[in-house]
Amino acid sequence: MRVPYTWLREYCDPGVPAEELAERLVMTGTEVERIDVVGPPAPENFVVGKVTEAVQHPDADRLRVCTVEVGEDGPRTIVCGAPNVAAGQTVAVALPGARMPGGEKLRKAKLRGVASEGMILAADEIELGDDHDGTLVLDDALAAGTPLAAVIPLAEPVLEIEVTPNRSDCFGVFGVAREVHAVTGAPLGPEPWAEDAPATGAGRVEDFAKITVEVPDLCPRFTARVFRDVKIGPSPLWLQARLAAAGQRPISNVVDITNYVMLLTAQPLHAYDLDRVPGGELIVRAARPGEKMTTLDGIERELDAETVLVCDRDQPTGIAALMGGQVSEVSEATTSVLLEVANWDGPNVLRTSRLLGLRSEASARFEKQLHPDLTLRAQALASRLLVELCGATMVPGTIDVAAPPPPPRILLLRDARVTGILGMAIPQADQVAYLERLGFGVEVDGADLAVSVPADRYHDVTREIDLIEEVGRLHGFDRHLPTTLPRVGEGKVGRLDRTQRLRRRAEDELRDLGFEQIVGWSFTDPGEAARLRIEEPDGRADPILVANPLSDEGAAMRTTLLGSLLDVAARNLARGAEAVALFEAGAVYLRGAPPVEGGPLAGNFPGDTPAPATEPRRYGALAVGALVPRSWRGKGEPADFFSLKGALEALAAALGCPPLEFAPTVEPFLHPGRSASVAVGGAPLGWLGEVHPLVCRTWDIPAAVGFEIDAAPLLAAATLGEETFEDVTTFPAALRDLAVVVPAEIDAATVRAAVLAGGGELLRAAEVFDLYEGEQLGEGEKSLALALEFRAADRTLTDEEVDAARASIEAELTKIGGTLRA
Amino acid sequence: MLEQIEKIRVAATEAIAAASSSAALEELRVSYLGRKAELTQILRGIAQLPAEERGRVGGAANKARKELEALIERSAERLDAAELDARLVADRVDVTMPGAPPRPLGHLHLITRTTRLIEDIMVGLGYEVAEGPEIEHDYYNFTALNHPVGHPARQLQDTFYIQSHPDVLLRTHTSPMQIRAMETHGPPIFIVIPGKVYRRDSDATHSPMFHQMEGLAIAEGLTLADLQGTLLAMSRALFGDTREVRLRPHYFPFTEPSVEVDVSCFQCEGTGLLADGSRCNLCKGQGWIEILGAGMVDPNVLGFVEGAGYDPERVQGFAFGLGIERVAMLRHAIPDLRRFFDNDVRLLEQFS
Repeated sequence: MRVPYTWLREYCDPGVPAEELAERLVMTGTEVERIDVVGPPAPENFVVGKVTEAVQHPDADRLRVCTVEVGEDGPRTIVCGAPNVAAGQTVAVALPGARMPGGEKLRKAKLRGVASEGMILAADEIELGDDHDGTLVLDDALAAGTPLAAVIPLAEPVLEIEVTPNRSDCFGVFGVAREVHAVTGAPLGPEPWAEDAPATGAGRVEDFAKITVEVPDLCPRFTARVFRDVKIGPSPLWLQARLAAAGQRPISNVVDITNYVMLLTAQPLHAYDLDRVPGGELIVRAARPGEKMTTLDGIERELDAETVLVCDRDQPTGIAALMGGQVSEVSEATTSVLLEVANWDGPNVLRTSRLLGLRSEASARFEKQLHPDLTLRAQALASRLLVELCGATMVPGTIDVAAPPPPPRILLLRDARVTGILGMAIPQADQVAYLERLGFGVEVDGADLAVSVPADRYHDVTREIDLIEEVGRLHGFDRHLPTTLPRVGEGKVGRLDRTQRLRRRAEDELRDLGFEQIVGWSFTDPGEAARLRIEEPDGRADPILVANPLSDEGAAMRTTLLGSLLDVAARNLARGAEAVALFEAGAVYLRGAPPVEGGPLAGNFPGDTPAPATEPRRYGALAVGALVPRSWRGKGEPADFFSLKGALEALAAALGCPPLEFAPTVEPFLHPGRSASVAVGGAPLGWLGEVHPLVCRTWDIPAAVGFEIDAAPLLAAATLGEETFEDVTTFPAALRDLAVVVPAEIDAATVRAAVLAGGGELLRAAEVFDLYEGEQLGEGEKSLALALEFRAADRTLTDEEVDAARASIEAELTKIGGTLRA
Repeated sequence: MLEQIEKIRVAATEAIAAASSSAALEELRVSYLGRKAELTQILRGIAQLPAEERGRVGGAANKARKELEALIERSAERLDAAELDARLVADRVDVTMPGAPPRPLGHLHLITRTTRLIEDIMVGLGYEVAEGPEIEHDYYNFTALNHPVGHPARQLQDTFYIQSHPDVLLRTHTSPMQIRAMETHGPPIFIVIPGKVYRRDSDATHSPMFHQMEGLAIAEGLTLADLQGTLLAMSRALFGDTREVRLRPHYFPFTEPSVEVDVSCFQCEGTGLLADGSRCNLCKGQGWIEILGAGMVDPNVLGFVEGAGYDPERVQGFAFGLGIERVAMLRHAIPDLRRFFDNDVRLLEQFS
């Protein structure tokens, strides 16, 4: 909402510069985004001039050489390019030294050899509308030399106010003036609608117009008046100046008046050319389902049964509250005007506006739900202006089709509650003064107040708490509000819960393992699953879709972290990174309600209704290239399956999880020979593996390896922070290395399991430390070396005991086709 | 005979002291103490001496032998150490070659760091941390937060909806968890809620995905002044101990009164001017920087969870919503919101 300062000051003049007022408004709840200056930056050197002579320029067809009186001893010579400039005109003149709206200083200049000592102004040159066609012609009653600022506002500060949705009253200049009155205490002038127009026309309004409202729920009030002998023409300069400063283009007096009244009262209105409304009859009805209509912008739109139309006998003329009709538009030929001032159901206006993608100055006001009483205010003010400015005669009477008005609203404001909510006391006299300045009626009831709500604030102020906000903000939070700290907890301490602490530990561990944390986009494009070679019926190929994405790239919710990791890796490689190691701790989004129990997101505060989707939090990591950079000490081997496996095992170890379980698996986006499922304590976690070369090629990445695991089962298996004491034995361990030859297809886990089974209680650890496949072995064989640790808690083991265990291990290995190497 | 022994001892002592290598020393050992050495011969011949001489000569020869042995032992140690040193000096490295690189440390994302920072501040004030779903029911995101259907306030946040489910959306703020938390947990409640939120907007200052930290405090007798004190404590922890906050009245559907909160500029100390007299670019000369929206929880909101013990006549409190990226941008002079989700490793590495 643009509020020109001179217009505002007509109703309430705070007596301070606009900047100072803006500061006070901001601190009391009216957001002034900025102050624009419309017109030249300073009024000096702009004067009224009289053209006494205008002759053709000797050397330029389009220029005239004018002699202009500007209130000085002698006239000035001014070269002018306007086609309409003529002797006898009273014009606006900028003299040398004047600062033009762009900021540049006007100088004497020679135009085609003729010296020009100033400039005769067109309207747009002082930002008074966008008319550049001709000279701005002023009232001849003005004397030459009169400062132009006395005629039209120059250097007009305009307050650009961001009106919050609750304050429909501040969509009108008078509403803002009332707010200024309340905030500053400066006197408020009479309401501009206080005086109605005299109804001097013949007949009654009902003789000329008929209004039928079929949907009173959606149109609580429809008022109409009729004006005759209307003379269409340009609006007076002061009106044009106000509209232009407020951001509205002046069009013609009748249209300008409807805009002006809307900008002043916040109540939109609409003028019809009565002669083009057959029978003067208007019908307000709901659209028929599927009914189509071409709106003023030339677009054919399909309407629904809740869209409200204003129709004449033959056809719809407009969509209620949104857009007028072309058929009955006021034109230069108009002589009779039907003035509609209606009230519409706000939520339905909003709904229709969204449905049709149409928004207007009027709908922005109607959708906030205006009070039906505002209609007659606007009728009164507009009528007076039509009579005064368009020479119209008003036909007696007002058509007023109204549903029962909303009941008066009287609220109790308890002083104890004011102090109790705000934490500051406000003297009763101040409370009364603030509310009365805002237009509320107040009756004192002991310490409390009975407050009646005015029409302008009817839908905004509905409860005691709303009044508390009003008195609080006007008292000034910045001036009076104490600063206190509440007592928190009542026997509880603030803390992270165990899962939250474990999550931090997991993130820290991944960081310390050399991975950069990323935050990926939750959305992706619906084609990502296909790029990852995931196909239906895999649920990851069926993402949750966004109904109204900004673009196709954000149309699907991600079902993997891998896609985000690949995106980020590819982008960094394209920017010249040689290697990247990334991790993300974040959610993926899967169809179906989440499990009721478990999972970090279920958390301590799940609420009564399950979430609409499952959002498991995961850890994902991806490495491209070397984890340790190339140096003179090492070649910087690229990360492979076992690099990431080591990292994942380190993560589990950091959390105190039991050893992770790995088994060959198949994932469409992984190398089929180098991919594993991961589990802990039998609970599936996710996958680990080298990314399939075709997927890498799609992302333009040479090779990549990664993992993606669910956080919930991992953290559930963590024992970090819950360890209990276990005594350390003082008896020495017996260490033995074992070389086992097995068929190549037997995996290491099977060999190790056999060794552990054979070793019995005495065998405390068995770790594979070497793998050999080569010519010293038979075809299809491999050799694994294991380091064994035998130990007893109560004695030093004898060689005989260890040898016996070794024999038993050998027996177990035989069962899987293994032999001990000499 | 005794003289001869003494002569041998003196000569040997001189020779041993003069030996310059362990090889030379070994030769001396052979020549003075070996089987054919003069002293050895003397000791062997003692039996042939007259009985009265045996004791003296034997004693002197043995003494000389022991003395020489000890002397050789000490010289050997000295020579070994010197030779080791010589070898070590020859075995030197170029100490200016680069150190062997350890596996490089990664970095936490600045959003994680900032989230933890705020969490820790609020935990210090006695709060717990809660999280909630990002895909949310309309009821939790709007209706129960006093945005009735058809209310213009729903327009304040342009919302992503889920296809085929008109009542399901990407939460536009972390506030839905206010309701879930209160449904689960009666008063008093003091929690913060970090998380991702979504709005249908994209430019240098708007991202369709960003992060918020919600705060919710409900108990008996909490006031707007308590909100101011809480935010002052938080702001000082985030932006410096000399910060001030101010509350500007504003409008949010789910708080009443509602406020926007400014913190005094930490670059110009709230003066709006830098040391050189130029306008402060951080606060645009205002002296204040807007950091969050807040307010007293609207009684209508409490009405939606009255069954869980939130009688608006008995308990009341405040809520606030802080942009995590906003805090990070201010603290680290980051110019563009989109940088957070670009995940350029050259930027990620800057914040450890």
